[in-house]
Amino acid sequence: MNPFAEALDLITAGDLYVWEVILRSIRISGSALAFAMLFGLPIGAAIGLSRFRLRRPVIALVNTGLALPPVVVGLAVFLLVSRSGPLGGLEILYSPAAMILAQAVIAGPYIAAVSLAAADSVPPDVRLQARALGAGPFRATLLQLREVRTSLVAAVAAGFGAIISEVGAVMIVGGNILGETRVMTTAIVLETRRGNFGVAVALGIVLLLVALYVNLLLLLLGRWSMRRPPTS
Amino acid sequence: MTDEREILVAKGIRVRYDDRLVLDVERLALRTGEMLAVLGPNAAGKSTLMRVLAMLEKPTAGHSRFKGRAGRAAARALRKSSAAVFQKPHFWSDTVAYNVGLGLRMRGSSAREVSEHVERICGLMGIGDLLDRDVATLSGGQAQRVALARALVLKPDILFLDEPTANLDSVSRGEIREDIERIARQRAGSVLLITHDRAEAFSLADRVAVLVGGRLVQVGTPTELYENPADSYIARVTGAELTLKGHVLRLEDSTLVVDVGGIELRTVGSAGEGSQVKIAYRPEDLVLAAAEESSVHLSTRNFFFATVTEVRALGGLYRIRLKGPGGADMAAVVTRSAADELRLQAEGRVSVRVKATALHAFPAG
Repeated sequence: MNPFAEALDLITAGDLYVWEVILRSIRISGSALAFAMLFGLPIGAAIGLSRFRLRRPVIALVNTGLALPPVVVGLAVFLLVSRSGPLGGLEILYSPAAMILAQAVIAGPYIAAVSLAAADSVPPDVRLQARALGAGPFRATLLQLREVRTSLVAAVAAGFGAIISEVGAVMIVGGNILGETRVMTTAIVLETRRGNFGVAVALGIVLLLVALYVNLLLLLLGRWSMRRPPTS
Repeated sequence: MTDEREILVAKGIRVRYDDRLVLDVERLALRTGEMLAVLGPNAAGKSTLMRVLAMLEKPTAGHSRFKGRAGRAAARALRKSSAAVFQKPHFWSDTVAYNVGLGLRMRGSSAREVSEHVERICGLMGIGDLLDRDVATLSGGQAQRVALARALVLKPDILFLDEPTANLDSVSRGEIREDIERIARQRAGSVLLITHDRAEAFSLADRVAVLVGGRLVQVGTPTELYENPADSYIARVTGAELTLKGHVLRLEDSTLVVDVGGIELRTVGSAGEGSQVKIAYRPEDLVLAAAEESSVHLSTRNFFFATVTEVRALGGLYRIRLKGPGGADMAAVVTRSAADELRLQAEGRVSVRVKATALHAFPAG
């Protein structure tokens, strides 16, 4: 049977194995994204909006995070959470928790770097104007970030794109265990090796659609936030 | 000493940027209910002074008091009860209504209150039809009116205006000035207006503070500055010409007698005998007459002849350029009928009279 036809059959028929893998991928990458946002956005915004000595080297360091090879991150997290590692006591190796940790480490720098560039582009008079209208320091910061909210949404989208399609790190720390840590990317690798091209193609199509859908969703979110009612 | 009427007082303010002293103001106070204009040339430190007074920037030295309070308490109180309009106001990418209501929302007003107040102020300022417009589509004049509405909707105790008309065409400039005169004065307790435009300062403000090179040269009512300019810069900004130069011969009847190209002119001012001076006069203070008329029965102390070099129509008036004592290029302003009666034309000769009190001598250099 043609792998594409088989793939469509598997997706439309609601194949348990395929859909279980898809949902697990979204759950793991979604959780990792949430954690990455928690530290990536504040770090990026703080560096982008403030002026301090050694700012340039710090920015260079954050941008280096974009080039972090996922397999190296996977290896580092593996060493961290393996039995003899500093976090070995948590016993999370080969579990979704380790995969979330690895993916958060990959997505964080993406979110930080893109939101840093966005915050850096806010003109200095925005804060002055916000303060002049009575904003306190925190409110003024939010009003500065409001000006680049579309870029901040793009930062999150970039982070998600980096982890949903990543295979090296999740393979190392997750182990591709059936029913536990098998996600779309690791399943595609395995099923291709096994010659199950239909399953691999089905997961590939869904992976592309998920990435597309999430980006569209974030784009719409950005648009919506631009058009919210004036008195809200 | 602090005057009870003084709502905001700045003392010993010094601001340095990289070792460069850009502001050095001993004392400046804004009184309740007044409009104080800070007038000065470009790079005089006007905007820095405004940011310091608005407590948006910390000075290198000195402090300000707002309603008797100092430090953080003053800054917090001032944040809540003042508003500022900048030369290039920033708008958050949204509608006019969102931007005008921003300050009210920050002060905790409910959505209904915000909407009511925003509609009222925009209606008052004639921009009610712009409420739902995206701020990116506003013209320069509209944008500045929206910025003014955004500040005035807060009914601030102090309204800071930093060159609000500097980037506008003449029509919009007139409209904004009218808004400042008509609405800002009524809705804001006191107004601090930063401007480099002397007409704006002198026509709108109750008092004018002249700032040159980061220092206050004179603070007073427009009349005080006009009648007793502290230095030649103020004389110039109040519309005086400074082309007459000479040296002091003697002091006589509380006037200085100055030799200008062989002609003795009586002036007011303070300068030592023999010192070089510049003499400021206003073109409208020169009285022109036909060259053959004599001066014997007039109270004006100064009389000399001059040659007309140019006659230029200036609306209903004529601006006459003259070659005066010592070949100095001078200017006079006369009405159209006077110009016709005297048959003023280039190369013609006229006699010029001017009161001693209309000539102000300042040390040259």
